[in-house]
Amino acid sequence: MTDSIDTTRIISSDRFELHPADETAIVRELDHYEQPQAATIEALKIVQRRYGWIPDGTIPAIARVLGIGPAAVEGVATFYSLLFRQPVGRHVILICDSSSCFLTGFDELKAALVQQLGIDYGETTQDRRFTLLPVCCLGACDGAPAMMIDDDTYGPVRPEDLDTLLEGYP
Amino acid sequence: MAIIHVDGQEYEVNGAHNLLQACLSLGLDIPYFCWHPAMGSVGACRQCAVRQYRDADDDKGMLVMSCMAPATDQTRISISDEEAQRFRASVVEWLMINHPHDCPVCEEGGHCHLQDVTVMTGHDRRRYRYRKRTRRNQYLGPFLAHEMNRCITCYRCVRFYNDYAGGTDLGVSGARDNLYFGRYEDGILESPFAGNLSEVCPTGVFTDQSHSDHYTRKWDLQFAPGICQHCSLGCNISPGERYGTIRRIENRYHGEVNGHFLCDRGRFGYGHVNRDDRPLVPLWRDQPDQPPISLDVNDALNRLTNALRHTRRIIGIGSPRASLESNHQLQALVGAENFSTGIDAGELSCLALMEKLQQTGGLATPTPRQIEQHDAILVLGEDPVQSAGRLGLHLRQAALARREILGGTIGVAAWNAEALKTLGQDKFHPLHIAWPAPTDLDDVAAGRYPLGPDGIAQLGFAVAHAIDPAAPAVPQLSSELHEIALRIADDLMGAERPLVISGGSLASRAVLQAAGSIAQALSRRAKAGGLLFIRREANSTGLGLMGGHSLNWALDELAKGHADGVIVLENDLYQRAHAARVDEALARAAVQVVLDHQSTDTTAKATFVLPAASFAEGSGTLVNLEGRAQRFFQVYDPTYMRPEARIHESWHWLHVIAARLRDEPATDINLDTVTQACANANPALAGIVEVAPGADYRIEGLRLAREPHRYSGRTAMGAHMTVSEPRPAQDRNTPFAFSMEGYSSFHRPRQQVPFAWAPGWNSPQAWNKFTDEINGHLKGGDPGVRLIYRTPKHRDYREPVSDPIPNGDGLRALILPRLFGGEELSARAHPIQQRITPPVLILHHRDGEDLGVSPGDQVLVNDYPASLTVQEQDDWPRGWTGLPAGLFPGLAVGDVIAVRLAQGGGA
Repeated sequence: MTDSIDTTRIISSDRFELHPADETAIVRELDHYEQPQAATIEALKIVQRRYGWIPDGTIPAIARVLGIGPAAVEGVATFYSLLFRQPVGRHVILICDSSSCFLTGFDELKAALVQQLGIDYGETTQDRRFTLLPVCCLGACDGAPAMMIDDDTYGPVRPEDLDTLLEGYP
Repeated sequence: MAIIHVDGQEYEVNGAHNLLQACLSLGLDIPYFCWHPAMGSVGACRQCAVRQYRDADDDKGMLVMSCMAPATDQTRISISDEEAQRFRASVVEWLMINHPHDCPVCEEGGHCHLQDVTVMTGHDRRRYRYRKRTRRNQYLGPFLAHEMNRCITCYRCVRFYNDYAGGTDLGVSGARDNLYFGRYEDGILESPFAGNLSEVCPTGVFTDQSHSDHYTRKWDLQFAPGICQHCSLGCNISPGERYGTIRRIENRYHGEVNGHFLCDRGRFGYGHVNRDDRPLVPLWRDQPDQPPISLDVNDALNRLTNALRHTRRIIGIGSPRASLESNHQLQALVGAENFSTGIDAGELSCLALMEKLQQTGGLATPTPRQIEQHDAILVLGEDPVQSAGRLGLHLRQAALARREILGGTIGVAAWNAEALKTLGQDKFHPLHIAWPAPTDLDDVAAGRYPLGPDGIAQLGFAVAHAIDPAAPAVPQLSSELHEIALRIADDLMGAERPLVISGGSLASRAVLQAAGSIAQALSRRAKAGGLLFIRREANSTGLGLMGGHSLNWALDELAKGHADGVIVLENDLYQRAHAARVDEALARAAVQVVLDHQSTDTTAKATFVLPAASFAEGSGTLVNLEGRAQRFFQVYDPTYMRPEARIHESWHWLHVIAARLRDEPATDINLDTVTQACANANPALAGIVEVAPGADYRIEGLRLAREPHRYSGRTAMGAHMTVSEPRPAQDRNTPFAFSMEGYSSFHRPRQQVPFAWAPGWNSPQAWNKFTDEINGHLKGGDPGVRLIYRTPKHRDYREPVSDPIPNGDGLRALILPRLFGGEELSARAHPIQQRITPPVLILHHRDGEDLGVSPGDQVLVNDYPASLTVQEQDDWPRGWTGLPAGLFPGLAVGDVIAVRLAQGGGA
């Protein structure tokens, strides 16, 4: 073995400080639940609202505020597809690929988006404006094919609508 | 009891089990992954499918997961059903899709549960032709290697690490078929029980890193039933040897002590056996401070006996880390009046008190496994995880067992782990801990009370008074302590089986008396509870039973010149007494004989050093904290691979020396005769003869094999010395053979199992074949014999006492046990050394102000060389400082210490 005696390897001493407002908001969330781990999702959403994603350092920081292990926080953060553990663009486009949308023009819509943005699923445009992701249902079957940009759901979306639609998200 | 029908056969099973458990208990094979005997069922892996029928007329039935189906009366199932078999084969095929074809280079190979189950289901052709996902592996510390590509996502690791052992830094990330089991970032796994993952993981994701550094397949290892030497709990271990070195320690199932798990000190602390600096041949120093000269055995014994003959009186200093047999031979050689236990006077008097309270305290001593059935626990002045490792896991299970009670009220079976976890959340059986520093059990504790020894004793006596008003009240009790005492008393009285745990860590007779008073009070109030005392070392209890003077007495006799010869048995006196004191005593003796398997500061002073056998090269008996005597057996013959070695059990050396001193030829002895002689000489130890079978024990006319059937390479392993294969070593002391020839099966009930193996079962899960039922006892009975019994009779209460206060004003020392670094032998093992955290001195911030030190300062204590980092704790008891065990030999709890800033430490 190469390690010498008495060496304790410190891999990381991450002391990421949460924004004070976020920390307050997380502590407030704690009141709503019997168990602190129940507030994990809300805490992660609070952090994601600030940074657009969940930076690595926030995981142990959230764990400290909640009083639970960082592994539990990371477990939740990586479980949900809409909690982002990698940086995303300024706007996140979710395109619905479930059955109604699939039957009503999802393929064309996706092709058009890919062509227009020059990115595929999980990628971000070079100007960091858009990230493209699939979503399994937006609950907007009456407006299929549907897509969502940030907090706004659109449908039915035809390929030719895209230009105008995307213009609204600089 | 319930009757179930399996493939048309009728069986009687435990109706509280699930079908998987019941079938495995019957010896029937059903493949499984996520289920584990100690952790119950979650039904995640779908591997244990069987067909279940509604009744005798139902010929269609349906597939069920046997681990999630109760073994209720008249259940009808088929394991061999064709569809069930196909289903199980499919499940393995899916699980294997991403599993690499790396068995030949995988360290799990040969004791891999995944291999076993894959073979068992008949999945032997891979149809999947596509890319496998690959994962980055993490650095997890010196104990475990991580290879995530092999993961089959059974969740056992996180269920053990988090749910069972209370860890928080290992988790699972991702979702669906994209899962990652690891820390949230690289780093040392914090749990002191992390090493169990190497056995809990059904495949090679978590493997023993210490084993990896000198790897040998399980089938090529030589094993013997061992007893862990690193604390007083006496966990059963299977040490494995190859080429004359110990390669790994695996858990050896014991139904009443360690069950399926060990602590990391026990698992990774074996490195002291393999050290290069061990004495291998007798050494002699003509003059002190000269380099020693190697002697052959006869020459050494001649010179040694000549030298001893010229002494007026010989003092023998025994050791609580040596076997009863060796201590007995020393006692016999020097005479009881000249025999010291090698234990400090304060500790020795505590040991005697613990033994007495075990007999007369009014409550029985539970076995470690029985602790898990106690529904209210008070830990008085101990930090169990640090002082008795594995015991901490038992205590955690006791607290968690509330879930099973809650489950029972709504019909959730005890094996239904995930349901119970959801139901229980943070509802625990009450566990109260009186201990100044944070403990690893605080997360399941109802309260921890940061008091010094004086406060803890007061609290204890107050609890006794609160339980039984006939117990004397504590004068001048603070209202705060009174409140706490009432709360604890309520919990203990409200429980079916309350348990009081105390021990020697605070070296306080008052604390022990207080624990005894609580037990007495509970017993007078007709409570069936338990009382358990933690000792410091592997054979502390045994030496207490054997009796003898204290180490202080021995050093005094030598220093005063009352004796001019000393024989030290497997004991580094410099670990136990202040160096100046030992120097003075040893310098006055004309002859110092030291027997040890380690090179220590004491062997460095000796006229004669005799190379003793460690637990791996010799056999002997230890007594654990329950008073259970257990035998450990020689794993390998050290001369087989190193013919130059002259290592023998200390009891053998001492027997020959004694004979030579009497001018007699040494008679033939073996382990059995020494054990018998020890039992004859010490009535308290009479039971040790029955602890394990003698050398003439045979099963089906065979010795018991130390090596698995497939042991390979024996003809070649000595080829660098001679091309003729030497005769295998012969064993005169035990019923085991240094060979693969001999009995190694599970059909005949036996207690002493060197390694668990059964056809089709190469992994540690093979233990299920050796037990009477899952999680039960070994079919031949769990090893060991209790030597200490309770005498059921009420006794009068003692008035509350407090410890005598040593002279002087100032901060007083508390020695805090540490799992890593707090014990001499394991601290010589490289992986353990890497886990020793830098030493800290803990105090109250007001005491820090008075002393002029602040957190982070480097300070020195008295004249000891080690510097410590100052750490302040808000609720730390005033007037006390916490110091790590193992650094301050001779410093007693309660001693006033001088603290000064280390140079360059800053202030």
